[in-house]
Amino acid sequence: MKCQQCDKQAVFHITELETGEARELHLCEEHARAYLNQAETGGGESAGGSGGLSGPLSVGQTADELAVLDKKVCGMCGITFFEFRNQGRLGCPHDYAQFEKELEPLIANIHGATRHTGRRPDRAGSPLPESTGELTSVIGLRGQMQQAIAHEDYERAREIRDQIREIEARWLGAAGPRPAATEGDDTSATP
Amino acid sequence: MKLEALTQATGEWLKGTGPESDIVMSSRVRLARNLAQFPFVGRASEQDREEIERFLRERIAAAPVGRELEYIDVGGLEEVDRQFLVERQLISREHADAQGARSVAIDRVEQVSLMINEEDHLRIQCMHSGLDLRGVWEQIRLVDDQIGRVVPYAFHDRWGYLTACPTNVGTGIRVSVMLHLPALVITRQIDKVFRSLHKISLAVRGLYGEGSQAMGDFYQISNQTTLGRTEEELVEQVGDVVPVLIDYERRAREFLVRETQQNVHDQVSRAFGILRTAQTITAEETMQLLSRVRMGVLLGLIGDLKIADINSLLVRTQPAHLQKIRGVELDTKDRNIERARYLRQHFEGTGPTAN
Repeated sequence: MKCQQCDKQAVFHITELETGEARELHLCEEHARAYLNQAETGGGESAGGSGGLSGPLSVGQTADELAVLDKKVCGMCGITFFEFRNQGRLGCPHDYAQFEKELEPLIANIHGATRHTGRRPDRAGSPLPESTGELTSVIGLRGQMQQAIAHEDYERAREIRDQIREIEARWLGAAGPRPAATEGDDTSATP
Repeated sequence: MKLEALTQATGEWLKGTGPESDIVMSSRVRLARNLAQFPFVGRASEQDREEIERFLRERIAAAPVGRELEYIDVGGLEEVDRQFLVERQLISREHADAQGARSVAIDRVEQVSLMINEEDHLRIQCMHSGLDLRGVWEQIRLVDDQIGRVVPYAFHDRWGYLTACPTNVGTGIRVSVMLHLPALVITRQIDKVFRSLHKISLAVRGLYGEGSQAMGDFYQISNQTTLGRTEEELVEQVGDVVPVLIDYERRAREFLVRETQQNVHDQVSRAFGILRTAQTITAEETMQLLSRVRMGVLLGLIGDLKIADINSLLVRTQPAHLQKIRGVELDTKDRNIERARYLRQHFEGTGPTAN
């Protein structure tokens, strides 16, 4: 791919996120440096309000480093870091754990902070898990199941479905009505 | 829910009541929430989206707040009906234009709306007329708690509530107030005000959300960051700046009356004159003129009119509303004729005060 401002090879691929809209930039090293310098210093008032994804993510990262980074994949939803950079949207909740190191400078740039200090889900009197880690694994399983179905491997699909049901029954069983599909599970151990 | 029933009501944000409602149209808070066991909407398959929609609908129905809500299947609506909900600020433009299974749940007074499968699985919105961020926050907090007990929100110890876009992560909160600032626009101070808002990382948008240019001098101020501060702090951040803006606008209005009385009176009267007599008129022009008339009423330059009525006209002259009220689909040209007719009928018997 060529630099958007000259004929050299583009080695920096930047995604700017402004008011939620992704804007892609493909630049050679020279123009990227100029662009980033300008964004850092000259942007001034108008740049102050934008939540750019580009700055810390790109500064000091060579094209090689970026290429390696881009190939990182989320084990649950299958999104690559490259796809995320292009779209400006993550694929699933697990990405925040999977890409934690990569996201950190980016989030720091957007929010000027790297730790949540606000509310937490109120789980008082609720059977829902404090941590949603295990539930998140359902995302990967569901993807595998849909793939198995696409390959007409129905036995495998059924196995995965049972696994999903087991996890969901464990974590979601008693919190409100269950979808009809899992009724009759051994969750009703009433005396 | 019959959308027709909504056309009879004005909707919460245009009621024209509540503190400071001469300048503050509405106060709104929205929370972005996602389920732990599904991919984000942008990466969800059609089947996933249907499951997300059903899961949330069934679970929320079991919470106390669920009993007060009516569901609308947004995917199954005609375009004009989706547009209608956008004009009432019950769903976002993105939600209206998206594909696949999605819905909205609304309470009877149009204060609470839950968008399912927007950019995030769930977007909770609460809106009050006038300046009432505290009240809105108290209400939405309860709704969020109730839903959080029956739905496994995606939550991370360090990052907080997890959202599809990292710009919303943490609290997932967007606090906004809609202001009517005609005098700051006329006196050309509005840009200066916005620049100073940007410096304290607040965002400014036009009436109908992102990107759109402010129509009719209506502006929405909201927080830009969502992580590292508590919800209360972010509510305060927006809340603190509102009295300052109200003060600027009031002073600009006083200045206009004091220094350019005849000019302002002339502008306002002409705006009113056009609204009462035009034979064809666009939505944009209507909005612009209603904005001026609204200011005129507040400055005592036009009698006979109520602010609530003008607010109501602001939404009822929007394209989808006009078509719902008339009960027929109309193209742009016919809408402009119909809109002018609607305005003339509305203003029949009123006239500019003689002074």
